[in-house]
Amino acid sequence: MFRKIPWFKFSSPPNFYWLADRLTPWLWGGAAILGIMGLYVGFFVAPPDYQQGDSYRIMFIHVPTAWMGMFIYLLIALYSVIFLTWRIKMADVMAIALAPTGALMTFLSLWTGALWGAPTWGTYWVWDARLTSTLILLFLYLGYMALHAAVDDREKGARAASLLALVGVVNVPIIYFSVEWWHSLHQGMSVTLTDAPSMAASMFAAMLLMTGACWLYSAAIALRRAQVEALEREAGNPWVQDELLGAEEGGDAATAAEASGDLQREVRS
Amino acid sequence: MWSGVGDFLAMGGYAPWVWGSYGVFAVLLILEAVLLARRRRQVRDRLTRRLRRERADQVREVREA
Repeated sequence: MFRKIPWFKFSSPPNFYWLADRLTPWLWGGAAILGIMGLYVGFFVAPPDYQQGDSYRIMFIHVPTAWMGMFIYLLIALYSVIFLTWRIKMADVMAIALAPTGALMTFLSLWTGALWGAPTWGTYWVWDARLTSTLILLFLYLGYMALHAAVDDREKGARAASLLALVGVVNVPIIYFSVEWWHSLHQGMSVTLTDAPSMAASMFAAMLLMTGACWLYSAAIALRRAQVEALEREAGNPWVQDELLGAEEGGDAATAAEASGDLQREVRS
Repeated sequence: MWSGVGDFLAMGGYAPWVWGSYGVFAVLLILEAVLLARRRRQVRDRLTRRLRRERADQVREVREA
């Protein structure tokens, strides 16, 4: 089935819209299933931590939202490169559609981090490398969205915002490696690509399930937002007419044009 | 693991921190999804009305011609 789908065609808005319509129900469903499984394992299977008691359960949303905040920013930078290099407008649509969700995830990682820090470190906030660079990530998201919206000429605004996204991407490795590069109150990496995770299997499973849930949720939301964005930008195009009027008039733009042709002939005779 | 609902809600004494995290997490994600669904509906309605009006204008022009 997958081979028959012409993936390269999905940079065109109508094909993208069609594909997003078919993907989002599965992404929502997957996010709900993984989320329920993750919460079950996180609250009813994983044991309390021997040092932190039950407060460590915040980790099951803190780590996934922090990962998503960084990952979505990398995606935005990637789409920005595609947009700036090949001027593919759907790349900009995807980038701006991802930004609010990336900002939300980053905010949630800071929020859950503060509420985890309070009982474990005795403070909601410290100006150390990990926390400060994550706060900068949140400001980069907000700056990207503000710049994108601020310029009247959408093309110019999109290009300026894409450049900002690219410049800001250096911040992501800084966040990721900050706990190794600087002395930090924040604990080091518990999960790396090379070593086994330094936590119980059930804790690790809950974290991975919640990460999957956040990933699928973000994908569904971003595709939906990109659809709305594409509709607004392409409002004058035939595919939007097909999408919006097609169903109610029992036909597409071609039949509508035919009908108006019939009408013209009728009027003339 | 938990001796009852009360024990579960108490979260080993960390209730404000744990539920403050999960509560805001859930509320904001649901809010984002709801606001986006509302925006989608508004945009579709607005564009549909505009397209219908334009099409009606076209038909009128043709009739008047």
